[in-house]
Amino acid sequence: MGRKIILEHYNVPNLKDYEVYRSVGGYRAVEKALKSMTPDEVVQEVKRSGLRGRGGAGFPTGMKWSFIAKPEGKPRYLLCNADESEPGTFKDRYMMQYNPHFLIDGMICSAYALGCNTAYIYVRGEYKFIIKILEKAILEAKANGWLGKNILGTGYDLEIYVHTGAGAYICGEETALIESIEGKRGNPRIKPPFPAVSGLYGCPTVVNNVESLAVVSWIIQNGGDEYSKIGLGNSTGTKLISASGNIRKPGVYEIELGLSVEEFMYSDEYCGGMQHEGRDLKAVVAGGSSVPILPKELILKTASGENRLMTYESLSDGGFKTGTMLGSGGFIVYDEAACIVRNTWNFSRFYHHESCGQCSPCREGTGWLEKVLHRVEHGTGRWADIDLLVEITKKIEGNTICPFGDAASWPVASAVRHFRHEFEYHVRYPEKIKNREHFASEPMRLFMNEFVK
Amino acid sequence: MSTIQDIQFSDAIMSRINEYIARYPEGRQKSAILPILHLVQDEYGWMSEPVMNKVAEILSIKPIEVYEVVTFYTMYNLKPVGKYKLEFCGTSCCVLRGAENLMDYTLNKLGIKEGETTADGLFTVTRVECLGACGYAPMMQVGDDYLEHLTPESIDEFIESRRNTVK
Ligand SMILES: Cc1cc2nc3c(=O)[nH]c(=O)nc-3n(C[C@H](O)[C@H](O)[C@H](O)COP(=O)(O)O)c2cc1C
Ligand code: SF4
Ligand code: FES
Repeated sequence: MGRKIILEHYNVPNLKDYEVYRSVGGYRAVEKALKSMTPDEVVQEVKRSGLRGRGGAGFPTGMKWSFIAKPEGKPRYLLCNADESEPGTFKDRYMMQYNPHFLIDGMICSAYALGCNTAYIYVRGEYKFIIKILEKAILEAKANGWLGKNILGTGYDLEIYVHTGAGAYICGEETALIESIEGKRGNPRIKPPFPAVSGLYGCPTVVNNVESLAVVSWIIQNGGDEYSKIGLGNSTGTKLISASGNIRKPGVYEIELGLSVEEFMYSDEYCGGMQHEGRDLKAVVAGGSSVPILPKELILKTASGENRLMTYESLSDGGFKTGTMLGSGGFIVYDEAACIVRNTWNFSRFYHHESCGQCSPCREGTGWLEKVLHRVEHGTGRWADIDLLVEITKKIEGNTICPFGDAASWPVASAVRHFRHEFEYHVRYPEKIKNREHFASEPMRLFMNEFVK
Repeated sequence: MSTIQDIQFSDAIMSRINEYIARYPEGRQKSAILPILHLVQDEYGWMSEPVMNKVAEILSIKPIEVYEVVTFYTMYNLKPVGKYKLEFCGTSCCVLRGAENLMDYTLNKLGIKEGETTADGLFTVTRVECLGACGYAPMMQVGDDYLEHLTPESIDEFIESRRNTVK
């Protein structure tokens, strides 16, 4: 059994109620931080933990905090990113649904460390049921003196509010999120200035993922050193993984970083192996839709034959040629009946739909990708289309204001790189693929001989 | 052309609106626009011009600032929709678990196409992107609720029960 931090008490009934949360040691971290630590000591503790941002990029949280500017007379803001719209990711929702106070607990410690008196939780608008849970939890925390003025008589004031999004994936990007809280369209800002200097209302701002902020309470209570003992190397601690697709047991799992991908995939404690008897694993998208897709051989073992592990380092071993990323921890599994072309078209449609439209390479490029993939998937593709797709991704990647452009390119580039034979199959057999379930009725491997030259 | 005077928000809505505005610093009332638009959409069903203009007036901003926001975020209805809006997730993880067939099934059953509303005004069916329920696929959102692990039977049951409640 792996170590559990976030889901330690998830079997306790009604954990989302304040009294129950208190009974398992809740809010003790706040008491410790506010009464016996300086804000800087809290930052140091988080630095020592080695915690890396759980929203996708994996940037060290303590270091990010140390960049926050402290000009006189300007408030600072802490923003919790609960936009969670990356396809394949549903872990933040899970945590907030079962244990909302854990987030508030961690946010109070974090806001104290940063010297913020106001914090917002930006929740995607579709999560209305989560918003209700959070608002109730905030009221409970306030009624019990953990929020408001002069918390625990220490002179520290903090208010936490929920802010509701309204259906835009791009608002998960931190500067788009800030624009959105300012009541505008979610158009990412050109950086610099970085939010740590000029963020919400032009004030110093820190944006962190739900999971990153929540575990701060554990780190304060148990110490950064204790946290850094969990995990492997520079991937310290635990991580929530959202597992979906063709597996027997989809759901959210907390893993100790360093677990092997194979164990995560096949053990009954986690995904429990494949969904359908007799259908083999074809591919995995390991960290949410934006990270490169890998075929079975490369997800279970690295190109050099090492066991692939669930860590930032191991998953990215091999770079973009043969590796991928831990990303947001959205682990999507494809069996051999799944069509990679159809899936890539599906993703490209998502990115085209969600592009904010500010930069032409992203706005136009995502449209072209969708169009070309649509025709390949629907039997009117040409041979040249396959290379065209790669060309388009190269024109988008690195040429945009925000990382969305890269996120839209990688799934396509990696699909063509690792599954070129499926694209060729689509161009060669336009009749066969008119049946939407083509690979379910005739697995790709039956045709593989033709493509092995 | 409709005018602002066409619409008066109820006291209950106005007090919720003021609660939202109070969450943001003095002079930053525009920040409350997204939650306020959700609130008025729940009441009026969609973003008609008078509704948007009224929101602009309350927030002391130009109407265009409201239109800009409404047309950017996909949750706001730009035209009236059925009493129940069935929003099927059509993204990868749900597709792997049969979302496409299930949506076809629903459209056939209701005799409409994607984006259309049934003649009785009860159901609208649309396809949306990942709703953060990928592990409980296939799924759809209806109003504030998520309906997960959908099957043709659970769809039948849902539709029948909604038809019965309005009879
Ligand atoms: C297009 C795009 C979407 C993103 N969506 C999210 C999201 O939904 N949740 C999240 O925590 N981070 C998201 N991020 C990452 C944020 O920009 C930011 O790096 C993160 O919230 C920082 O928190 P962390 O350091 O705790 O991970 C997204 C980034 C991009 C470019
Ligand atoms: S890369 Fe795409 S999403 Fe990001 S700012 Fe440019 S157009 Fe908008
Ligand atoms: S893909 Fe359907 S909810 Fe995520």
